[in-house]
Amino acid sequence: MTVVCDLALLRPEQGVAALLPDGSQVAVFLTADGTLHALDNIDPFSGAAVLSRGILGDRGGVPVVVSPVYKQAFELATGKCLDSPEVSVAVHEVRVRDGVVELT
Amino acid sequence: MTQTLVVIGNGMVGHRLVEILRESSWRIVVFGEESRPAYDRVALSSYVDTWDSADLELAPLSGCELRLGEKAVSVDRERRVVVGASGIEVAYDALVLATGSVPFVPPVPGRDLPGCHVYRTIDDLDEIRATVAAADRPGRHSGMVLGGGLLGLEAANALRGMRVSPHVVELAPRLMPIQVDEGGAGLLKRLVEKLDLTVHTGTSASSIERDGSRLIAKLANGVELDLDVVVFSAGIRPRTDLDLGLELGPRGGYLVDAACRTADPHVFAIGECAAVEGVTYGLVAPGYAMAEVVADQISGGTRVFPGADVSTKLKLLGVDVASFGDAHATTEGALEVVVNNAVAGTYSKLVVSDDAKTLLGGVLVGDASSYPSLRPLVGKEVPAALLQPGGAVDVEMPADAQVCSCHAVTKQTITDAIGSGVACDVAELKACTKAGTGCGSCVPMLKKLLTDCGVEQSKALCEHFTCSRAELFEIARATRTTTFTALIEKHGSGRGCDICKPAVASILASLNNGHILGETQVSLQDTNDRFLANMQRNGTYSVVPRIPGGEITPEKLIVIGEVARDFGLYTKITGGQRIDLFGATVDQLPEIWRRLVDAGFESGHAYGKALRTVKSCVGTTWCRYGVQDSVGLAIDLELRYRGLRSPHKLKSAVSGCARECAEARSKDFGIIATENGWNLYVGGNGGFTPRHADLLVSDVDTETLIRTIDRFLMFYIRTADRLQRTSVWLEGLDGGLDHLREVVVDDKLGICADLEAAMEAHVGSYADEWRGVLEDPEKLARFTSFVNAPGTPDPSISFRAERGQRVPVQLGIPEVVR
Repeated sequence: MTVVCDLALLRPEQGVAALLPDGSQVAVFLTADGTLHALDNIDPFSGAAVLSRGILGDRGGVPVVVSPVYKQAFELATGKCLDSPEVSVAVHEVRVRDGVVELT
Repeated sequence: MTQTLVVIGNGMVGHRLVEILRESSWRIVVFGEESRPAYDRVALSSYVDTWDSADLELAPLSGCELRLGEKAVSVDRERRVVVGASGIEVAYDALVLATGSVPFVPPVPGRDLPGCHVYRTIDDLDEIRATVAAADRPGRHSGMVLGGGLLGLEAANALRGMRVSPHVVELAPRLMPIQVDEGGAGLLKRLVEKLDLTVHTGTSASSIERDGSRLIAKLANGVELDLDVVVFSAGIRPRTDLDLGLELGPRGGYLVDAACRTADPHVFAIGECAAVEGVTYGLVAPGYAMAEVVADQISGGTRVFPGADVSTKLKLLGVDVASFGDAHATTEGALEVVVNNAVAGTYSKLVVSDDAKTLLGGVLVGDASSYPSLRPLVGKEVPAALLQPGGAVDVEMPADAQVCSCHAVTKQTITDAIGSGVACDVAELKACTKAGTGCGSCVPMLKKLLTDCGVEQSKALCEHFTCSRAELFEIARATRTTTFTALIEKHGSGRGCDICKPAVASILASLNNGHILGETQVSLQDTNDRFLANMQRNGTYSVVPRIPGGEITPEKLIVIGEVARDFGLYTKITGGQRIDLFGATVDQLPEIWRRLVDAGFESGHAYGKALRTVKSCVGTTWCRYGVQDSVGLAIDLELRYRGLRSPHKLKSAVSGCARECAEARSKDFGIIATENGWNLYVGGNGGFTPRHADLLVSDVDTETLIRTIDRFLMFYIRTADRLQRTSVWLEGLDGGLDHLREVVVDDKLGICADLEAAMEAHVGSYADEWRGVLEDPEKLARFTSFVNAPGTPDPSISFRAERGQRVPVQLGIPEVVR
């Protein structure tokens, strides 16, 4: 379990990055409807740890984050890349406990 | 053994022939009498816009020996040798005469006086210009154009471009007697007379005399004209002064058969100097067709000249004129259907067969938009609707219809490009078929064909908004909407995406809605805007402080050097006269910018779709040749428009003289100093498809210049599509440069005051974005790599040394989960 931050620090339609004890990174997103999502922060197409800085939105109604490097869209719920369905990023469990966002 | 082809003449038709054959096995030698490379003579009149002959030049030829300034003086057909004026001899296996034509000058007494010119070459225009410049007369100059045909009206327009009021004198009882009938010519005369032209038809000049610095022309009808310049444009004659002992056609021109071959099997003639089976043609399209015939023949083919369509469609002095088929109803029993709408200023006539079943020809004046669909129907059945009063002329075009007459592109070629998926919009059609890249009058037809082929010319911004960016801009402006949420709820659907969110962010920024990282805007920003820095390939950022006009003090240079050294940043001087600092992590950005802001720097907006730089040369301050202070103006402009958000990034430059050291014509708006003020060019760009900017206004003072740029930029910002550069926007603008000039110079739409007010609002509300972040703890808090470990740098980023500086270590692409 890793503490990310107080829920109050997250802003709707924006992401933040969190550092895990093993040195890996997770992008945590809060969408406008209040849902939390967590994906690996590394963009598989560029290798840069920047997915948390992508723009949130939907594609055909599916909530996505768009990588800021080469603009591929990743489904927030599954980590699947909608532009190259054979590629996906890992999805992490994320929850709120006592107003604190945690990765499990 | 390699065979040699000699081409005499380096005009448009000769150029086309060489272009077709350049990859053949022939050795090609071209004799060009003029010292300049081949140019687009059809567009000659546009030379007056810029006085830059480079604008007219055709694509340079490769794969041939081009002998410019070498007149061919004789041909020895027995030895098969061409002799040049310098004495050079070139042996040929095939010879092509492409010598074109010479202007016809009627035998008017006084026609050789100084101040009398012909209208055929770039040099002719330079000489006319010199005569006009030397004319000693207060107020507007006066000129006479002898000839009221196509060429005469073009010459008259060129004179207008030189601020001369033209008198057009035509022997026939009407203008354009060859192409247009009486009714059409009557309307044409009315339309051109509104443009400061005086038309004298049914008369001719009986003499021209010199009176001091003036010319006095006496017309046969008794009228006397007091003139500064006289231009003869009464037609052309085939140029056959090179005597090969070959037979000529009945109206001149080297007589050739349908294969364009003279009686000597080794000698061909093409273009205006050729009489194909006795007929000469004074248009470029038949010449091109002849070039293709000869290229095929000498490659062993059997192609012959298919006969030429002498239909014409022109925009003369801004007036549409078209004529096709049997325009004068000379066919026996031909019937005419005329609609003459004096109120609307349009005239149309269709000529049909005696049974009203077959279309024979027609004339259109004032509005020639139906020409592309009508002309291909000549000789075919007339759609009944056409013969009804006010009948729609929107008829199905046959596949072989020529849509673009400048480049002879048929409907079939265009629909093939669309159907195969090669082209999905006008820009792509232009690129792959060349259609629409000449005079541009067929662009609306290209749009229609795209629609007809089922390519939806969707203006929708993205899947969330069905309206275009321009429409969304007007909605936001009119309803004073300041949030994305409100816009998408009322005018869109879904949650938005990486296309509409930054577009709306840009619109809101253009409408002066506060800091771009404010609460309602921050989540809309593209990654660069979100961190006010450019994200580079490894996730680090580059920092670019503004250096207006590229002018910087030694103290500020030292600060940049110190900051770069202290943060280990890679430093590079850019093409836009600034210094980029690379390799900053997101945590370092605020510290770097605090140092820079304290030293007096502000954001250079390198990250935004905003004004980037206004480049400059050193102008009069240092340069021996400068005629204006280009640095001062560049700084003023860069500071005026700093922070201005737009559909695409904006670049500008100011050159202090015509040497153009700042390369202003490759910019969205570029300024070149003249002795009398400034010339403003718009719509240029470098990049993937370079485009020279077009001259919008010339010789204006600084105040007028800035007012015009204000209007131009604001008009572009409001009406362009998302990520549409000024060049593409200008090319897609209905009416093109003329329309732009009407809007931003003549204020035809009455919106200029509003555009200027919007720009004043921007200038008045400008605040440095980085200072805004440094002064706001909440915004500052976002500049951290990890929300749960502030201050810890991203461990995935590392650097190595190259030429003494830090550069990113190439990131390994992680194993992708499949």
